[in-house]
Amino acid sequence: MATLIAPEHTSAVEDAEKLQKACKGWGTDEKAIISVLGHRNAVQRKQIRLAYEDLYQEDLIKRLESELSGDFEKAVYRWILDPADRDAVLANVAIKKLSPDHHVIVEISCTRSPEELLAVRRAYQARYKHSLEEDVAAHTKGDTRKLLVALVSAFRYDGEEINTRVANSEAKILHEAVKDKEFNHEEIIRILSTRSKMQLMATFNRYRDDHGTTITKNLEGDSGDEFLKTLRTTIRCLNDPKKYFEKVLRNSIRRVGTDEDALTRVIVTRAEKDLKDVKELYYKRNSVPLDQAVAKDTTGDYKALLLTLLGKED
Amino acid sequence: MANPCEVEVLNNALSGIGVDEKSLVSILTKSQNEHKKSMRKGCSKFFLEDERQFERWNDSAIKSLKAEFKLFKDVVVLSLMHPWERDARLLKKALKKGPPHYNVIVEIACTRSSDQLLGARKAYHSLFDRSIEEDLASHVKGSERKLLVALVSAYRYEGPKVKEDAAKSEAKALLNAIKNNNGDHKKKAMEEDEVIWILTTRSKPHLKVVYEQYKKISAKTITEDLEVELLLKETVECLCTPQTYFTRVFDTALREDAKEDAKKALTRLVATQEDVDLKGIAAKFEDKIKERVKGAYKDVLLGVLADDRK
Repeated sequence: MATLIAPEHTSAVEDAEKLQKACKGWGTDEKAIISVLGHRNAVQRKQIRLAYEDLYQEDLIKRLESELSGDFEKAVYRWILDPADRDAVLANVAIKKLSPDHHVIVEISCTRSPEELLAVRRAYQARYKHSLEEDVAAHTKGDTRKLLVALVSAFRYDGEEINTRVANSEAKILHEAVKDKEFNHEEIIRILSTRSKMQLMATFNRYRDDHGTTITKNLEGDSGDEFLKTLRTTIRCLNDPKKYFEKVLRNSIRRVGTDEDALTRVIVTRAEKDLKDVKELYYKRNSVPLDQAVAKDTTGDYKALLLTLLGKED
Repeated sequence: MANPCEVEVLNNALSGIGVDEKSLVSILTKSQNEHKKSMRKGCSKFFLEDERQFERWNDSAIKSLKAEFKLFKDVVVLSLMHPWERDARLLKKALKKGPPHYNVIVEIACTRSSDQLLGARKAYHSLFDRSIEEDLASHVKGSERKLLVALVSAYRYEGPKVKEDAAKSEAKALLNAIKNNNGDHKKKAMEEDEVIWILTTRSKPHLKVVYEQYKKISAKTITEDLEVELLLKETVECLCTPQTYFTRVFDTALREDAKEDAKKALTRLVATQEDVDLKGIAAKFEDKIKERVKGAYKDVLLGVLADDRK
């Protein structure tokens, strides 16, 4: 369930006017920006951008970029974009890093629905004049590259049909591959990047039933191996995305100095999806509400926006 | 008594590609038993003298006739189909038939636009409750698997922008992969990751530049250097010089000794005729089609292929 609180009926024109007023003159009224944008869903945000452009012949995003700064600005920028466009930006940022953020690529390609991933690929092409897969391929190597390119290229069957025979045989294949620590990468990549999510769940369940332990536990190991790390992330995202997001949040907060990029990314991309469930998981795991942990670790307008997206009543 | 030229008409009506329905109708409606008997005796291609004194149909002739009659039905069904369904069904069929037919998978994956290929993948979900990539991945063995799965998964950028430097270095990389493997026969170029990712993720305009750059640094073109690796050769052809590929398919289909599957390619190409690369080539084969193809099937082929030249 979503955490975003957005009224059903809003006026894009009124919102655009409020935002313009917030940016006008010296200084910026960040609270006003948060109170408007922090309570609008994707459709409404898009309408606001169009209304703003119409009224003031200016791109709202560019205006906000120039008015705001730091983590707050990054968060607002990501929040205000269309979900597909946002994911394209996140993917590009991840790829272009000196040491690419493989797990972000995995996250985007494995936790979005097949249609959503398609939209991301289109948005990526529109923005960067390259296909997502060619950029991923050009910036990665070896088996990690094979896995990532396969994951971003996937257009999985999205139906409920599963084949128990296949689940059985592929659970065996995965176990074989994992057992000897001599990972038959080709087979693992094939299964993880082509099967539907329902089919994979059936396979993972079968694995757990047959071997008494989950496949991710069996993959624990040398954290130096980049392929292994990416593989574990892939399985986690496919098997239980909410649990995966809880972990990312937990790690991003726990660190000495918060990982704002990860914190922003998860909150902004899940606020309209399943952040509520992730919050519950967080509380169960850490005995501390997520809101509280975030409040403790962040400050200022950045904190205010995050808490608003987390469902804080004004 | 059947006269010799009627026998010839019958022979012709049942030979070549497709069947001449009009001639057959007129022969059959005008023939009585005695007449038909002498036609059977005259058409040794289709009728054999049985030891018990009667002329029987040659079984293999019936089989090939079945295929020829089917051509019209197939072209009707395939042409009326939504392009997405058409491509999804063609992919499935090619996969089921096995390795000699994988060129069809390459053809579809490489000659459709990015959105058309996407559409085919969606239709595949609807028709078969699986994704094309999972079916390919689980049924194709060997080095072809990586290539084919990656080809159908592509969503290539379609803009004109090409990075010359990248194209140059990728041409070099391809040359290295191909030349090294000609020396070491154990590994095929198709198994090289560099080759796979370049051919399956780069845009077509980019690959065309790579093709040109390759010519500059090698004495031959990529396709010439890829002599033995047919599937890879077809991949490069479809992506960089689709006219060459289509010409070859037409040519093979219209030869005297064309096999059933080669002829079916005509139906496939005709159903795809909206493809820009195809139109010009089809015109070149108009005469051959008039000569070798018969009946309603011929009419469809000519009618459809002639469409835009009016």
